[in-house]
Amino acid sequence: MFFTKDHEWIKVDGDVATVGISTYAAEQLGDVVFVEVPDLGKVLTVGDSLAVVESVKAASDVYAPVSGEVIEANGDLAAAPETVNADPEGTGWFAKLKITDPGQLEGLMDRTAYDAFLASL
Amino acid sequence: MTDPSHRRTALYDAHLALGARMVPFAGYEMPVQYRDGVLTEHRWTREHAGLFDVSHMGQARLRGVAPLAAFEEVTPGDFIGLKPGKLRYSLLLNHKGGIIDDLMAGRPDDDGLYLVVNAGCKEGDFKWIANELAGQVKIERLEDHALLALQGPMAAAVLAGHIPAVADLGFMETTRLNAFGTDVIVSRSGYTGEDGFEISLPNEIASDVWALLLKDERVRPIGLGARDSLRLEAGLPLYGHDADETISPIEAGLTFAVSKRRRDAGDFPGSSRIRRELDGDLSRIRVGLRVLEGAPAREGAEITDASGAVVGKVTSGGFSPTLSTAIAMGFVPPALSLVGTPLSVIIRGKSQPAQVVAMPFVPHRYFRKS
Repeated sequence: MFFTKDHEWIKVDGDVATVGISTYAAEQLGDVVFVEVPDLGKVLTVGDSLAVVESVKAASDVYAPVSGEVIEANGDLAAAPETVNADPEGTGWFAKLKITDPGQLEGLMDRTAYDAFLASL
Repeated sequence: MTDPSHRRTALYDAHLALGARMVPFAGYEMPVQYRDGVLTEHRWTREHAGLFDVSHMGQARLRGVAPLAAFEEVTPGDFIGLKPGKLRYSLLLNHKGGIIDDLMAGRPDDDGLYLVVNAGCKEGDFKWIANELAGQVKIERLEDHALLALQGPMAAAVLAGHIPAVADLGFMETTRLNAFGTDVIVSRSGYTGEDGFEISLPNEIASDVWALLLKDERVRPIGLGARDSLRLEAGLPLYGHDADETISPIEAGLTFAVSKRRRDAGDFPGSSRIRRELDGDLSRIRVGLRVLEGAPAREGAEITDASGAVVGKVTSGGFSPTLSTAIAMGFVPPALSLVGTPLSVIIRGKSQPAQVVAMPFVPHRYFRKS
């Protein structure tokens, strides 16, 4: 699992990447009440808005950590957005991307680097 | 988050000790939520009793030879008719009938008027009142006083355990009495739609009283996040969002705050505009919207009619924990303001169906003496 400075995580299996937000990000957001996941087939460039997470107070964008095409979206979040709080780094994932440029993974942090990054905030 | 330019209330350390997340708000560092989070805090207030620090709000005494009559020069309310022990919601109006702020004004005793105005407006409000009523009134700011709100169906039982006399107060009644070893002002009022109280007391004892109330297992601390979702469900406008200096009381759906006597006399700021609006010359009015599917509509979202034409904007909105749906307030032309009118809200470029619904979204449960 790798992390971005915007607190997304990405888990890579072959050329498929699952994307979600970190436990830290979920705690910061507070109670999630709505999640907008991307449409299948949507082609995202790194940094594009991949999903929108709405807490009671505000809407926050989740950005694509790498470029790719959306091949699956987590439909369970429509009925159970609170999953993002309950299990952010597991069943609270947003979408799976077919990675177009594996080289983009190199700029991301591993867990140790991410924890150090959080400690510096 | 430490920012020396932001002020702190007397309860700042108490908030930190309770694990509050502090955010800048109206020039203060205030708790947006505690450990429970906004949803739990919201529900707790609706079911038990929530304790809020609202000490950032502007408290003052207005004194003069005839302070009640003088105050009518800057508001559309009936203050000459305000009896001792009563509290009134009113509006500070500019000369064009626009809302400078909404406020509470009461007579807890015979010492003029006791005012509570919004935190973000307080400097401007008191300057405005002092200028408009120069020579007639003196304003004493109560900056050395904290303000606590205890809200929810169990608030009365909790507070009566400390101050038995509060059981005799009805909604929108206020009194000054001796409690917690000092002089306090207790009003049966609030901004959540629930029964509850607001307690003005000296800063020195604020944290002791806060801790004392929290010792009761029916009481939990509630942050600004839930305060906002509670007032939204109660259909109550938030100044700076659902009301501002361009919006009149009629447009804001606050006609009740324009007293009949004042309306007939036409003797308040902007009364000619308000007369025209009451006679039907009204271009927009605040309505409640239920967002039927999709994301919550936030402030600034466009409202469209059935043909897709933009007819207004959302001024505040979010998720209703009680109704488990998205609700919002916004301004639309009166022809589209009837309950049941189908409208849409545009969120991130997508049109989502919405419907005009009656406010409050969640029924008020104020305590009325029979």
